[in-house]
Amino acid sequence: MWKFVLKRLLALIPVLFGVTLLVFLILSFAPGDPARTILGAEATEEQINHLREEMGLNDNVFVQYARYIIKGVSGDLGTSYKTRLPVVTEIVSRFPYTLRLVVVGMIIAIIIALPLGVIAGVKQNSLFDRLSMVLSLLGISLPTFWVGLLCILLFSVTLGWLPSGGNDSLKDMILPTLTISLCSLAGIARTTRSSMLEVIRADYIRTARGKGISQAKVVIRHALQNAMIPTLTVAGLQICNMIAGTVLVENIFSWPGIGRLLVTSIQERDIPLVLGCIIVFTICFTIINLVVDILYGVIDPRIKAQYKK
Amino acid sequence: MQNKKRYRGQSQVYQIWYRFRHNKSAMLGLVIISLLILIAVFADVLFSYDGIAIKQNIMERLQAPSAAHPMGTDDYGRDILARVVHGSRISLGIGFGGVAIALFGGTIIGAIAGFYGGKVDMVVMRVTDIFMAIPNILMAMIIVAVAGTSAVTIAISLGIAAIPTFTRVARGAVLTVREMEYIESARAIGAKNSTIISKHILPNCFAPLLVQTTLSMAIIILSVSGLSYLGMGIKAPIPEWGSMLSASRAYLQGNSYMAIFPGLAIMLTILALNLLGDGLRDASDPKLK
Repeated sequence: MWKFVLKRLLALIPVLFGVTLLVFLILSFAPGDPARTILGAEATEEQINHLREEMGLNDNVFVQYARYIIKGVSGDLGTSYKTRLPVVTEIVSRFPYTLRLVVVGMIIAIIIALPLGVIAGVKQNSLFDRLSMVLSLLGISLPTFWVGLLCILLFSVTLGWLPSGGNDSLKDMILPTLTISLCSLAGIARTTRSSMLEVIRADYIRTARGKGISQAKVVIRHALQNAMIPTLTVAGLQICNMIAGTVLVENIFSWPGIGRLLVTSIQERDIPLVLGCIIVFTICFTIINLVVDILYGVIDPRIKAQYKK
Repeated sequence: MQNKKRYRGQSQVYQIWYRFRHNKSAMLGLVIISLLILIAVFADVLFSYDGIAIKQNIMERLQAPSAAHPMGTDDYGRDILARVVHGSRISLGIGFGGVAIALFGGTIIGAIAGFYGGKVDMVVMRVTDIFMAIPNILMAMIIVAVAGTSAVTIAISLGIAAIPTFTRVARGAVLTVREMEYIESARAIGAKNSTIISKHILPNCFAPLLVQTTLSMAIIILSVSGLSYLGMGIKAPIPEWGSMLSASRAYLQGNSYMAIFPGLAIMLTILALNLLGDGLRDASDPKLK
C-alpha cells in the first residue's frame, strides 16, 4: 500500500516539471515587460534595463526556467512582481481560504447528493426520482458564476439575509460554499442513482432480501457499497472541478483564496505568482486522485489486492 | 425484439439514430440546440447588429422588461433580447470552432498513440497527462493572456485546452478496435497503416467521440462565458452572455432582470447539449440502458 502511494507521489514530479515548463513557455510570450510594470511609467530606460538584468529577464527562456527550477526545488518560488513578497508567503496566506471553501462545499455536496441518489435509485420512476433527476439535470447545466449571482440576488439583495462578500464570519461562508457545491451535488446525485440502478436488481440483493434483512441494511450495506465506485470517481472529478471553479466563485464573492489570486496574477502578468498557483492546483489534483484511488481499495477489497502487487 | 430486427444489417450511424429517435429527452435536446443554431444563424434577420444589439441609447437605459423590450434594456440602453440573440453567435460559434479543433487534433493524436502503441503512445500520454493537470478554463486563461481576447483566439485556446480529453477518448476507442479481426484482415490484404486508421479504425470509434463532442462543447461554452465574466474573454460592446452577466453585477439592486436572461440562455444551451450527450451515449451503448 505505501509503495503504491509513494509511487504515485513520485509520478507527480515529472508532471510538475511539465506543467511549470508549459506555463513558463506560454507566458514567456506574454506582452508587456515585468521590469517596466514594477518600476512604473516614470522609470528611465537605463533603470529598466538594470532591473531586467538583475531579474535575469535578458536570459534565454530555458535558462530562466532552469534557474526557476533550481530555486524551486529548495522551496523558493520567486517573488511576486506586484507585491514584491515571496510567492510562497502569498500562497500560504491564501490557501486556507480555498481549502475551507472546497472542503465545506464537498461535505455539503456529498451529504445531500448521496441520499438523493440512493433514494432516487431505489424508488426508480417515483415522483421523488423524477423530480430529483430533473433538478439535478438542471444543476449540472447551471454555470457556477450565474448560480453565485442568483444567490447574491436572492439572499443578499432581495432578502438581505446574507452578505454577498467578506470572509470573517461563518455567515460569509454560506453563499460561496452553497454556490460551489450545487453543480457538484447534481453530478454526484446522478451518478449515485445510475450506479444504484445497476446493482439494485442483482441477484445478491434479492438473496439478501430473501434472508429477511431489513430494507435499510440491504440498501446501505449490500447495494450502496457496491455502487460506490462510480460515485467515488465522479466525486473525485467534482472536487477537481470545484477547485478549478474557485477562480470564478472566489471572484464573485470576493473570497481571498488561490482562485482569485490566480485570476489577478494572470491579469497582471505576475508570472511567478501564476506559476505558484498552478503548482498548488496540480498538487491538489494529484492528492485528490490519489485519495480516490486509496478509497477504491477501502471500498473494494479486490482493488486493494491489486495495490499490494 | 422487434426493434432489433428493424435495424439489423443497418449501419452503426443508423442504429444510433434509431435508438436516439425513441428517446424523448434526447430529442428535446436536439430540438433546442437546433433552434439555438437557427437563432444564431438568423440573428441579423431578427435584430440588426449595429442598429439594435450594440446601439447605445442613453434615453432608454435600465428599462424593465416591457412589450418594446421583452427582456429590458441594459445600462447603455441596449435591448437585452437583441443582445442575448446575438450572443448565441459568439457562444455557439466559439463552441463549434473550439470543439472542431479539439476533435480534429485529439482524434489524430489519440489514434496515432493508440494504433502505434509502445514509445509513441507513452510519450503522447505523458504529455497529455501534463495538459490534463491544468483545468481547461485555466489553460485558456493563460493562453488568452498571451494571445489576446478575440473570439478566434478564445476558440483556439479552448480548443487546444480540450485536445487531451479527445486524445484519451480516441486512444481508448482505438485500443479496443485495433484488436478486432477486421483490422487483422485489412492488414493481411496489405492495407497501409494510414488507410487502416482512417478507413477502418476511426469510423468505428465514431460513437464515443460524438458523445465527447457534445459534452466538450458544453464545457467550452461554459468556459467562454466564465472567461468573459472575469473580464478575460469577449469584451463589451460585443454581446456575450458571460460579459452581460458581469455587467449586471452593478445593477442587481432594482434591475435584477439584467442578471436573469443571459444566464437562462447559457443554461438552456448547456442543458440541451447535456440532453443530447446523454441521449447519444445511451443510443450508442444500448447495454447501459
